[in-house]
Amino acid sequence: MTESKAPRGANRAYKRFLLQRALPHFWCPGCGNGVVLGAIVRALASLGLSPSQVVVVTGIGCWGKADDYLNVNALHGTHGRALPLATGVKVNRPDLTVLALMGDGDCATIGGNHLLHSARRNIGVKAIVVNNLNYGMTGGQYSSTTPGDKITSTSPFGDPERGLDIAGVAAVAGANYVARSTVYHAAQTETYIKEAITAPGFGLVEVLSTCPTYFGRLNSMRTAVESMNWLKSAAVTAKAAGGMSPDDLRERIVIGRFCSRTDPDFNQRYEEIRQRARDRGFRTREVVSGR
Amino acid sequence: MTQVRDTRYMQGNEAIAEGAFAAGARFFAGYPITPSSEIAEICSRRLLELGGVYMQMEDEIASMGAIIGASFAGVKAFTATSGPGFSLMQENIGLAIMTEMPCVIVNIQRSGPSTGLATKPAQADVMQARWGTHGDHAIIALCPTSVQDCYDLTITAFDYAERFRSPVVLLADEIVGHMRERVVLGAPTAQAATRRKPYDGEPGKYMPYLAGDDGVPSFAPPGLADLGRANSSMHDETGFANNTPDNATRVIRRLYDKVYRAAGEICLTREYMTGDCDVAVVSFGATARAARAAAMAAREEGIKAGCLTIVTMWPFPDVAVTRVCGRAKAIVVPEMNLGQVAGEVRRVSCGPRIVGVNKVNGEGIRPVEILEAIRGTLS
Repeated sequence: MTESKAPRGANRAYKRFLLQRALPHFWCPGCGNGVVLGAIVRALASLGLSPSQVVVVTGIGCWGKADDYLNVNALHGTHGRALPLATGVKVNRPDLTVLALMGDGDCATIGGNHLLHSARRNIGVKAIVVNNLNYGMTGGQYSSTTPGDKITSTSPFGDPERGLDIAGVAAVAGANYVARSTVYHAAQTETYIKEAITAPGFGLVEVLSTCPTYFGRLNSMRTAVESMNWLKSAAVTAKAAGGMSPDDLRERIVIGRFCSRTDPDFNQRYEEIRQRARDRGFRTREVVSGR
Repeated sequence: MTQVRDTRYMQGNEAIAEGAFAAGARFFAGYPITPSSEIAEICSRRLLELGGVYMQMEDEIASMGAIIGASFAGVKAFTATSGPGFSLMQENIGLAIMTEMPCVIVNIQRSGPSTGLATKPAQADVMQARWGTHGDHAIIALCPTSVQDCYDLTITAFDYAERFRSPVVLLADEIVGHMRERVVLGAPTAQAATRRKPYDGEPGKYMPYLAGDDGVPSFAPPGLADLGRANSSMHDETGFANNTPDNATRVIRRLYDKVYRAAGEICLTREYMTGDCDVAVVSFGATARAARAAAMAAREEGIKAGCLTIVTMWPFPDVAVTRVCGRAKAIVVPEMNLGQVAGEVRRVSCGPRIVGVNKVNGEGIRPVEILEAIRGTLS
């Protein structure tokens, strides 16, 4: 494809969010992380944000390296703790767009408790979770989202545990916005990320991804293309899933928007409480931005 | 700035909270734990008044993470806990050291290990404060002996945190935290109110980890033209990962040296009757009060006893300990643990005999117990 065929203008604005000097990225050929990275930078650009208004908080793992390729404020933290770190940023700087980029290990396994409470608290952080169904960085061990019976480097004869439904947990725990997509559905992923950013409160977009190096190779998907085809064929929309039996759904990935609420977020609730204190005669100072 | 002095009768934990507010702290994230809970309770009310935010997190790991996030966002932040919570915070204390995020961690020490004697005092987190998080690193820790200290040293802790872009531990104990005394509250000092070294260079040229001569980088919070970056991984001046051996050596040494090169200024100690002492009592926290009483009683018996109170536990005040202990014939180290500080005293003073007074039953050390040890050194 020649450069002249690419569309020009506003839709090239994503480049200001991408650290092109850091490319090529270090992810394996066929990894889905690049697809999600692309969806994020396009979403940020199409929302008209500037890099200085965006804070990306990452944990540890393959997807935790995403901040290396993003031209935004970045806090690369500890494993499983991206959400508490992002919470500290967002509470004090509600004017900024704060994204927590986490893998399934980060978000749902070691960080599972933080996921529950960030959703319950409805903190205005947006979690973009890349779920490749295993621990890629450490050599393909099973994670809390690995489907039961799948083969990984620590479940050579099948995973005895059952996989966790990240999006389902977030929706039940009280997140305002929850959606699930796959890296095959790139345009849809971008739409969901945009919707999550613009919705108030806690937003979570779970993106099922490929890990051809470990998960795919150990589970009869020898190439990245086969992994992609699996995501394509296993995906079923939330609407269609409504008419399917649990047996039919066992090997499927339900994609779609699971909730989109406008409940007040933590910061708004806190200011309401501050006002209530004032109404009861408490002398409270005005909040100074940046304090 | 006009000095407004306000004398009040308050609890150590309350004085710590007020000290933090005076130092400009406007964000507290914590998880309640005895005997530190009063600090959280006071923050939940006072931070509403002060335009700040109190957040009760799901655990201490999250609490420590949230104050690092707040610090990254440009706000002075702190947390308060006790031994078991302090244990949970250790991984993110390492993150604060590596990312150079100023913050204050209050540890009102209680007995352990594990749940232990949950509400009883101890002074057994001395080494956890120093080495709790993994890897080579420096840490600053301060030990209050009175309610006035709780207030003053909390302000000092924030000043050190900002100056060195480092987490600072206020290593108090249950006795000091729950004690009630008269306190003089001062207006915040200019130093306390100032934030860390702000970036004042050319816009677009900011390097988040480019350190000055003092080893401390300047800081630009997010939202400015220059992007803020913080990285738990080994990074260079740009904030991006750099795993070369040379860079790793440079970064780890700088993080260490920025604190240790300034140890002379950071290390605070107090001396009582040490000018001519034959027996030096080296102590810290609530135990230092009993040590003073014991030394005075010993003087009445004609024993030349003196006290060295360790206020800055880390970096350990090697110079003061060496000086005082060099004069003495014997050293008594009372502490509510099995000898964590005595080991440090032994490291720096190889001459005289060192006698520990150690108590781990959840009771404070009484002056008479220290007095007996002082008498024992002469026999």
